[in-house]
Amino acid sequence: MLRTVAVTLLLLPLVLIAPPVHAQEAPDALVKRIAEETLTTIRGDKDLQAGNPAKIKQLIESKLVPNFDTARMTALAMGRNWRTATPEQQKQLTEQFKTLLIRTYSNALTNYRDNTMNYKPLRMNAGDTEVVVRTEVTRPGQAPVPIDYSMEKTPEGWKGYDVVVAGVSLVTNYRDEFNDVVKSSGVDGLIKTLADKNKGPVPK
Amino acid sequence: MNRPDSLFRRSALFLAAASALLAGCAAAPSRDDPFEPWNRAMYEVHQVVDGNVVKPIAEGYVKAVPEPIRTGVSNFFGNIDDLFTGINNVLEGRGDQAGDDFGRVLLNSTFGMLGVLDLASMMGINKDKKDFGITFGKWGAPQGPYFFVPLFGPTTVRDGTGTVVRFFLSPLGHINDVPLRNSIYGVGYVDGRAQALSAESVLDTAALDRYRYLRNAYLKNRRYQVYEGKPPPEEDEDTPAPSAVPSPAAPPPTK
Repeated sequence: MLRTVAVTLLLLPLVLIAPPVHAQEAPDALVKRIAEETLTTIRGDKDLQAGNPAKIKQLIESKLVPNFDTARMTALAMGRNWRTATPEQQKQLTEQFKTLLIRTYSNALTNYRDNTMNYKPLRMNAGDTEVVVRTEVTRPGQAPVPIDYSMEKTPEGWKGYDVVVAGVSLVTNYRDEFNDVVKSSGVDGLIKTLADKNKGPVPK
Repeated sequence: MNRPDSLFRRSALFLAAASALLAGCAAAPSRDDPFEPWNRAMYEVHQVVDGNVVKPIAEGYVKAVPEPIRTGVSNFFGNIDDLFTGINNVLEGRGDQAGDDFGRVLLNSTFGMLGVLDLASMMGINKDKKDFGITFGKWGAPQGPYFFVPLFGPTTVRDGTGTVVRFFLSPLGHINDVPLRNSIYGVGYVDGRAQALSAESVLDTAALDRYRYLRNAYLKNRRYQVYEGKPPPEEDEDTPAPSAVPSPAAPPPTK
C-alpha cells in the first residue's frame, strides 16, 4: 500500500514537466515538446542530476511555469474560498502556491532521469478550449503511471491548469487542507501558512 | 455509498468518540475517515517508530547496497507482485492482461533467476499492478473506513482485507525454513521502505498537513484504480452541510 502511494507521490513532481509558447501549438504537441526537452536537459546535466537547487529552480521557472495558469490552479485548490479573497489576496495566494509547487517539484525532479513518457492520442474537437492530454510515465521495474494534464486555450496558447497523477490531482489534493486553514484563520491565515511553509528548509 | 452496516456504524461511532477523547484532537472526521483522531494518533506513533528505527535502516540500506543489487531485490519482490496482478486480472475477467502477467512471472522466475532480472520488461511485456483491494472494489465492495496503520501505511477496510488475503496466499509462506522466510520478509519490508524515501521528501515539501495530504492522495489513487482510470465525478467532499454554506459553490473564476 505504502509503495503504491510512494510511487504516486514520487511522480507528482513530474507534472511540472510540461508546457515557451509557440502560438497555435496543439496541446498534446506542447506537452510532449516540453516534457522531452526537460527530460533531455536533466539527462545531459550532471548538476541537475546531483540536485543543484539553483539550477533546478531556474529550469522549472524558465521551462515549466510559463506554461501553467498559476492563478487558475490556485483558484482550483481554494475551491469556493477563492471568491471570498480580495484581488490582492488572490495575487498573494497565487504567488505563494506557485512557490510551494516549485519547491516541491524541485525536490524530486532529479529522480526522472530514467523515466520515459508515452503520449496517448488526443481526443479533441475543433473549437474545444479545454482538453485533457493523457500521458503515461514508465520507469524501470514499475508499472506505468498515468499522468493527465488539463489544458485550456488562452490568447497566449495552451496552458495547463491541473495535473492528475494516477488519479491524484496536484491541485485539488490541497482543497480540504486549504479549507480548514481558511475556516480557522481566514484567507490571510492561509497566505501566512503558505508563506511560512515556503520559508522553511526544503526537507531532504 | 460506502456505508458500513448500522451495527458496525454504531460501534464505529463509539470508537471514534473514544479515540477523539484519547487523542485529544479536534479534527472533524470525514465520511471516508470516521476515525480520523485515532488515525492521526497512529500516524504520530508511526512517525516516531519509523523515524527512529525503520527510516534509518532504509537509508543505511540505500547507502550500503549498490544500486544494481537493490534493483535485483526490488525485482524479486516485484515478480511476486506480478503473480498477484495476474491472479487479480483473472478475477476481474481481464484474461489477456493476465496472460501477460503470468508470462512475465514465468519468464522472470526461470531465466530471470527467481525474478531478480526483469527480463520480461526488457522484452517489452509491460508490467501492470493489481491487488485484491482493487478487485473487491470492482466487485462492488465498499472501501469502508480509512485507517493509517503504523509501519504499514494508509489503507481501508477493503484494501487491508486484500492485503491479508494476499499475505496468506503468498508463495513466500511456503518457505519452511522460518529464519530464512523471516529474513526475506524483512528484506522485502526494507526494500519497500527504501523505495518510499524520495516520495516521502516530496510529501514533506508539498503538504501543509502530511496526514491529510497522504490520506487524500491514497483514497483518490485507489478510487482511480478501481474505476480503471475513469472515476465518476464525486460530489465536493469538503462542502459542509448546506446550512453552513449561504450560497452554493460556483466554479472559481479563471482570470
